[in-house]
Parts: sequence; structure tokens; C-alpha cells
Amino acid sequence: MSVRTLARTDVSVVGRWWWTVDKWLMASVVGLILIGIYLTFAADPPAAGRIGADTYHFVKRQLTFLPIACLAMFAASLLSPRGVRRFAAIGFIVTIVLMLATLVFGAEVKGARRWLTLGPMSLQPSEFVKPFLAVTAAWMFAEQKMKEGFHGNLAAMALLFTTVGVLLSQPDVGMTLVCCAVWAAQFFIAGLPLFWVVLIAVAGMGCIVGAYFVFPHVASRVDRFLDPTTGDSYQVTQAMRAFQQGGLFGRGPGEGRVKEALPDAHTDFIFAVAGEEFGILLCLVIVGLFAFLVFRALTKAMKEENLFVQLAVGGLTVQFGLQAMINMASSLRMMPTKGMTLPFISYGGSSLVALGVGMGMLLALTRRRRDAEGLSS
Amino acid sequence: MIRVGRAPKRALFLYPGEEVRPSERPKVRLHGATKHAIDTGRMRLMVTAGLFCFAFTSISVRLVDLMLLKEPTSAPGLRTAASAPHNKLARADIVDRNGVILATNLPTVNLYADSAKIGDAKAAADKLISVLPDVKDDDLLRRLTSGQRFIYLRRHMTPGEQMSVNRLGIPGLYFEDSERRVYPQGNLFAHALGTTDTDNRGSAGVEKTFDQALSEKREPLQLSLDLRVQHAVHETLAAGIARFRAEAGSAVVIDVHTGELVAMVSLPDFDPKAVGDSPADSRFNRTTLGLYEMGSTFKLFTAAMALDHGTSKVTSMYDASQPIKIGRFTIKDFHGLNRPESVPEILIHSSNLGAARMAMDAGTETQKKYLRAFGLLSPLSLELPEVGTPQFPTNWRDINTITIAYGHGISVTPVHVVAGISSLVNGGKMIPSTVIKRDPNNIPAGTRVISEHTSDAMRAMMRMIVLEGSGKQADVAGYEVGGKTGSAEKVGRHGGYSEHSLRTSFVAAFPIDAPRYVVLVVLDEPKGSKETYGFATAGWNSAPTVGTIIAKIAPLLGVFPMGHHDTFEPLPTLIAALPNDGKNEYAKKAVASVPAMMMDELARPTISMAPMPTGSRPDTIAALIKADVADLPDVVVEEDGAAQ
Repeated sequence: MSVRTLARTDVSVVGRWWWTVDKWLMASVVGLILIGIYLTFAADPPAAGRIGADTYHFVKRQLTFLPIACLAMFAASLLSPRGVRRFAAIGFIVTIVLMLATLVFGAEVKGARRWLTLGPMSLQPSEFVKPFLAVTAAWMFAEQKMKEGFHGNLAAMALLFTTVGVLLSQPDVGMTLVCCAVWAAQFFIAGLPLFWVVLIAVAGMGCIVGAYFVFPHVASRVDRFLDPTTGDSYQVTQAMRAFQQGGLFGRGPGEGRVKEALPDAHTDFIFAVAGEEFGILLCLVIVGLFAFLVFRALTKAMKEENLFVQLAVGGLTVQFGLQAMINMASSLRMMPTKGMTLPFISYGGSSLVALGVGMGMLLALTRRRRDAEGLSS
Repeated sequence: MIRVGRAPKRALFLYPGEEVRPSERPKVRLHGATKHAIDTGRMRLMVTAGLFCFAFTSISVRLVDLMLLKEPTSAPGLRTAASAPHNKLARADIVDRNGVILATNLPTVNLYADSAKIGDAKAAADKLISVLPDVKDDDLLRRLTSGQRFIYLRRHMTPGEQMSVNRLGIPGLYFEDSERRVYPQGNLFAHALGTTDTDNRGSAGVEKTFDQALSEKREPLQLSLDLRVQHAVHETLAAGIARFRAEAGSAVVIDVHTGELVAMVSLPDFDPKAVGDSPADSRFNRTTLGLYEMGSTFKLFTAAMALDHGTSKVTSMYDASQPIKIGRFTIKDFHGLNRPESVPEILIHSSNLGAARMAMDAGTETQKKYLRAFGLLSPLSLELPEVGTPQFPTNWRDINTITIAYGHGISVTPVHVVAGISSLVNGGKMIPSTVIKRDPNNIPAGTRVISEHTSDAMRAMMRMIVLEGSGKQADVAGYEVGGKTGSAEKVGRHGGYSEHSLRTSFVAAFPIDAPRYVVLVVLDEPKGSKETYGFATAGWNSAPTVGTIIAKIAPLLGVFPMGHHDTFEPLPTLIAALPNDGKNEYAKKAVASVPAMMMDELARPTISMAPMPTGSRPDTIAALIKADVADLPDVVVEEDGAAQ
């Protein structure tokens, strides 16, 4: 259809987009979104029942956010690399301001202030800081190499410290870890000397150990992971049973039970719902899609001739891949549980739209173009 | 990576900032540096990709291991899931101070219908009525066809009813796990425990105060009340009400050192199972919510105030022969001696004039200050929703000072009285009262309201009231009761006091030499009878009721009876301090009850009795006496034996 309407010679914005965007990346994102919709119908109604809402309460909300996320993704992917850079820089500032606003106006949920209420909707600005920080930090790292006398690394460090400072005052340790990890990965890709790589790795470990001692809920989660008998590991135990029940083909659509027993079945543990109802086949398809997307994007970054684009694509990809990895690994009890959504699959409006924005920027940066098109001054 | 060869093309464009550098050298350097950076980036991206490869492979291996290779350890989490909501229901038990269950839960089921899933509503209604005949016919059919998705048909079904409904096999009918609050002691703790509504939420009493804790926590709530004492008090009060043909009554027992209420009975009471059918009067907690003019009982507070403030001494004499005229009021005595009376005589003969003059000497501000310290001007801090706020004149004039001195013109609850009297007899400390058991190692220190000297004098005088005054019928052999009567005229329907309907009360502390408990009984409109020679005043009904209560509960509470003699030490010294002009016949009798040895010692000139009660401590003097007679072994042995 679209091929017919968009001729090779079409030079309109959309036409050029269609012929330059990476179809493989886009196809895997669409694949994930479709699986996400499918699992939303499986996992969200019991969650809605638990809070006493209408059966399709969460499904409706998720399907409301999905078009917004897709639109954001499409709009962002129309941008030129320079446009992405500007968009991310402005976005970063706006997001930091909104996060500061949550500290003042945000409602406290389970001991943290992360949400801003805007009329009927609520917004979690910290979800948006991840892609914006990745792109802005990439810009700074690239400038360090390309502009003599510009202290890009220091600027990138300042960006990170600003973000981490605000995140920890919410507090949101998980998001902080992801931001630090993505930032460190970018610094690594930007050619950090190996001595510093080792040093930062050690410092990172130090921070994780520090978080264990400073934040009691972090300590409790790690303890429960290391020794499940020390506390309530109900959710993980249920998830393990769900995977075992799933087997090769699963119990069948709608036959899953774990979604009724797990409070977070529609968010943190949706992978377990997929495993129980559709078996290992769907699980491997999901892992495969994420892996394909990550490798495809990293390969594009490797071929890239522009340092900023290379670092930005690297950063966005690491952020996306890390989030998927952490979610799947924690629901498989390979690491302590960490409230993190499975990209494009878990329920969560802010997360979905933020992922749309991030993926949009990734698609924009990986579009085929003449070298440095849109970046020359 | 493959197209590294394309690198030279980069010469075709300018990097940001390049154009401002005319020099060729930095450009070349930058070009080289950028290329180097990009090449490094490629290598590092490959390392990153490698790490991701490892991570995704691990996840896949874990998936295969977990889902295909591992045997399921047990049945799916259904068992855990099913037991979870059941646990969520259970409301915590309430137990008495010894751990006996006062309130617990019975698991039941509720029957509800989803009218959208019922096919033939008429047939379903007919079938249902065949097993549950008391469900209303027309109403049932209307509800079953209403289209509503959740209709309660019957709450708290018996297992038998559940089985018979189940056997009907009607689709669209469901059972919901539920629980019902049960009170195994029936009426006994009705007012203290309170009630729960159909959803098992507390709606009165401690059930309401501790609703959140009871529904969230598992450990039982332990009250300070004692089942055995509560039963004895309930039984005795009910018998007293019947015997003296009273309308209603209340009784309270408090531990004077911990502030814990050990028994709390308000009659008439109600059956918690049928609280909805009981009249409002039965649900009314007279002990904590009922506000009463306590009458002469208040004279104890007046005497304590006057002695502690120093405006009166035990030996101070007050003229009780001349009525007090103030404005349009004239205060007269019913049973005065028509001569000047000392403070103990004022209490023994319950002289309104004497009490009024004591209060006038102390002044209005002092009276307010002391009544506030005794807790009589503020609501109870008790853990019950049903607490009354004392009523007293906002504009406290001289006439109010006078009437309040003998307990009129101020209304407080029975618990106010026992808490206040506790502070008079426990050495002078006001300890907040409670219905929750206190940790014996963590009793509130309390606030000092009167001196220990005053407390000793109050105990001595309360004992004398029982020995010689209106409280004789409250005495229990071996338990040394001290107390005070009160007979207040009730306010009639048309306002004004009614001479023929009285509210009588008796407050007692025992054992008076070292009080452990204070007991209060209030009877509403007791009638005179042949047995009481037609009298309806407190000494004839409330006092003997308190006596019976103490006789029953003292052994339960571990209070040991004394020997044959009254060994309360401050007493003889106090009596000796009174004027003995030959008319003081009660003093002769009281003295006769003291061991002769002690009287001999009292007569010794070495021990000064003159400036007695407020100045020196009576029991210190008694201790001196004891030390003095220590060289008489036979007597000392006998006395020790009695004191044990």
C-alpha cells in the first residue's frame, strides 16, 4: 500500500522518511508493540479487577497511550540528526524542570514522589530523562573530540550529576542505575582510557553497594534475592511457577493463573504472564526481537561515520536493551527484582510514550543519509 | 566496519567549528583525532554488542532451563492464592487481661447473585424460597430480575444452608467468604467492647477505637478488664438493682496504681448478637458517657483540696449549725450535729454546710485548680468513643463554689470519680485511666495532685466514714474498706430537684492501709423497703452493694484479708487528734477497735499528737510507736501475725 503511494521519487518529508528509515528496526518495534497489545489483554484485566476498576480499565488506558507513543515515535523519527540533538537538549531541560516540580507538587506513592498529576492523567517525567540524557551526553562526548578546548566530558558529567541528584531526591534508585549505566556505556564507547574504565566500573560497584546500605528497600530486595527465606519473595516465587507451568506451548490464552496472584503482573512481571500462557515459544520470540533490535541498531552505529550519531545511537540502544534485559532477568530470578517496564509490552503510559520518543530518535539517527547530512554547520 | 574505506570522503564537508580555523594543522589533527575516535567507538560498540549477546543468551538459556528442563516443584500457586484473601479477612481477637477471649471471628459465607447470569429468575426464586423460607418472595424476584451484577441475598449463612443452596444448582448464585464477630461472653462486656457492623468494621466501643489496628494486625488486643471481676461486679450490681428496685446502675473497679479499669458495668446492657433490637437506653454506656451530679461523694475532693491547700487542718472546726444564706439560696444541713464540726466529722456526718465552708475558705480559684488536677473538668482520655465531657458552670460564682463543694452543680462520669478518688488514696498521684492492659514495667508516672500527707489523712477519714458514718454497710471483715456515700436528688422532668427520686452512689478504696482498688457503684432511683426501713439513701443500697462486690472480688484480685483487728495505723493517731469532749461517741467506739497496746502507746507523752494531720505524717508516728514497743516480744509477734 504505502509503497505504492510513496514513490521513490517522492521528495516530500514523509516520502523521504519512508525511503531512508531502517525498515528492520521499525519492523521489530512494530512486532514488540503487537505482542504488547496481545499481552495487555491477557494481563491487565485481573489488575483492573484488583483495584476494583472496570475490567478493561488498564487495557483502555494502554490503548489510549499507544497511538500517542506511535505518533511521538514517528514525529521524532522525521528529525534530522541536528534536529534530534536540539530536541533532546530542550527536552532534557524541560524534563529536569518537571522532575523538580514532582518534588514539590508530586503525589507521594509508596514513599516516592515521581508522578505529576495533570488533569485526568499522571506523568512520570523521569521516564523521559533517559533518552534525552543519552542523546545530550552523546553530543557532549562528541564535542570533546571534535572541538578543541571544549570540555565535553566535564559537561557530560555535569548532565549526569544533575540527573542523578534529582532522581535520588525522589528517590528512584532503579532509574538512577539505568541512567548511570547508559552514561558509562557511552563514555566507554567514546574512547575512555581502559584505566578509567576499570576505575568507573569499581566506582559503579561502590555505588551499588552504597545504595544497599543507604536505602532500606534496596537492601531488602537484594537480601530477598540472595536468600528468598529472609523475606517475602512471593512475587518472584509465583513468577517461577508461572514459567514452569508454561512449558513449551503454555497453558493457552486466558488460562494463566499468575496474573491473578501477582499484583505487578501487568507491569514488572508481564514476561511471566507471557511465559505461562504462551510458553517458551513466545518468550524466545520476545527475547529474539529485543536482541535483533539491539544488534541491528549497534551495527548501524558501527557503520556510522559521525561520532555524535554513533554515541547517541549507542546510548539509546544500550538504554533500550538494558531495560529489557533487567526486566526479563529479574522476572526469571537472575537478579534482584527492580521495578522496570518491559519496553513496549508492559503497562505504563509515561513509559510507553518515553520509549516512543527514544525509539523515534533512534530511528531518526539511523536513517540513511549522505554523510553528516543535517549536521554540517 | 566493512566500509572503513569510505573514510576519505569525509574531506567533503566541514565539522562544526572547523570553518573558524584558518590554520591547516589543527584541521588535519582534528580530522585524524575524529577518525581515531570513531574507530575506537566501533571497537567499543562491538564489545557492548558482545555483552548484550551474552546477556540475551543467558536469558534464553535460563528460559529453556526453567520452562522445559525443570520439573514443576509443586502445583501452581493456587493454594497460596486461595488462602491469601481468607487471611485478609480475619479481624484480630480481643482478650481480657488474662488472655480470655472476649471477641473473635466465626468464618461464614455470604450468598450473592449475579442477576445477569440467572436464566429463569422465577424458578430460581421459587427454589431459593424452598430452602430459605424467610427470604421475601416478591422482593426476591424483583431483585433477581433487576439486572444488577451483585446482589446480597443472605449474609452469614450456616454450613447447612450453604449446602442446601448449593444443591439447588442455580447458575448465577455465588458464595463469598466472610466472617462474623462473635462475643463468647454475651452481654458481659457489651459496652466496653462495643459493636461491629455487617462488614465487620467497629462501630462502638474499643471495636471502633481500635478498628484499624484490629483489622490490620494479627495479635489480639488485650484489655485491662478482668473477666472474673467483671462477672462478679455484673452479677452483684444486677442483684442490687433488683433488690433495691432501681431503674438502672453502673459499677466501676479501677487499679489505683496503674489506672487500669478492671471492671466496668453499665446496666441495663444489651446482647451484642442483637444490638439492633436493643433500646437506646441499653446501649448507653453509663460508666463513661453518663454525666451525673455525684452529690456527697464530692466532699472527699473538697476535703482533700482544703487539707492539701492548707486552708483547713483535720482539727479545723466549722460551724454547721447556722444555714448559709447567699442571694436567694439558703443552704441547710440534713444530718448535721448542730455544733461546730471538725473535718472528719463533716465527712462522717456528710455535712453540706461544713463542706461549703471548707470550699469558701479555699476559694473558687483553688477549687477549680484542684478539680482540674483531679481530672474532673476535662473529658476522659479513655480509649473509647463514648466519653462524656463534664458539665460545670462556665461562670463559676460563689453559689457554684458552695454547691460544687458537696457535689451539686457539676456533672461527671463514674470513671471520672474512680480516677479522681484513686489519686486521693494512692499517695497523691493522678494516673490517666485506661481500658487497655498496661505493661507492669511501664506504668505512667502520673502527676502529683496532693501531698502524701493529705493522701494519708484522706484514707484515714474514708476509713472512719465506714466505721462510724454512713458507709457502715460497705465494710467487709478483713478487707478494711474506706469510702464515702453520695445521695443526689435527681433533676426532675420539669427541672428542679426531686426529693423522692435519688441517685445514690458509694465509692470505696480497699484495703485502706495500702489501697489497691477503688470501687464505685451508682444506683439510679433505688426505692426504700421494709428491709431498709424505708430509706433510699446511699448508705442503705449502694454501700452494701459495694461491700458485696469487694467481698467477691478481693480474693480474685489477690488481696489478702487482715486479722481480727483493724491495724490501719494512721487511724488511732487521727482519732486522738480529734476533740474528745464526751459527745464524740464514734471516737470512743473507733478507739475501742484499736489494739489496746497501741492506745497505751498513744497515751505516752513522748509522742506529740497536737499539730497532727496536715503537719506530720500519721504513719510515721505509727512507725515510731511500733519501734517503741519493739521490746515487748509477745505483743509484737501477735501484731505481726495480724498484719500478715
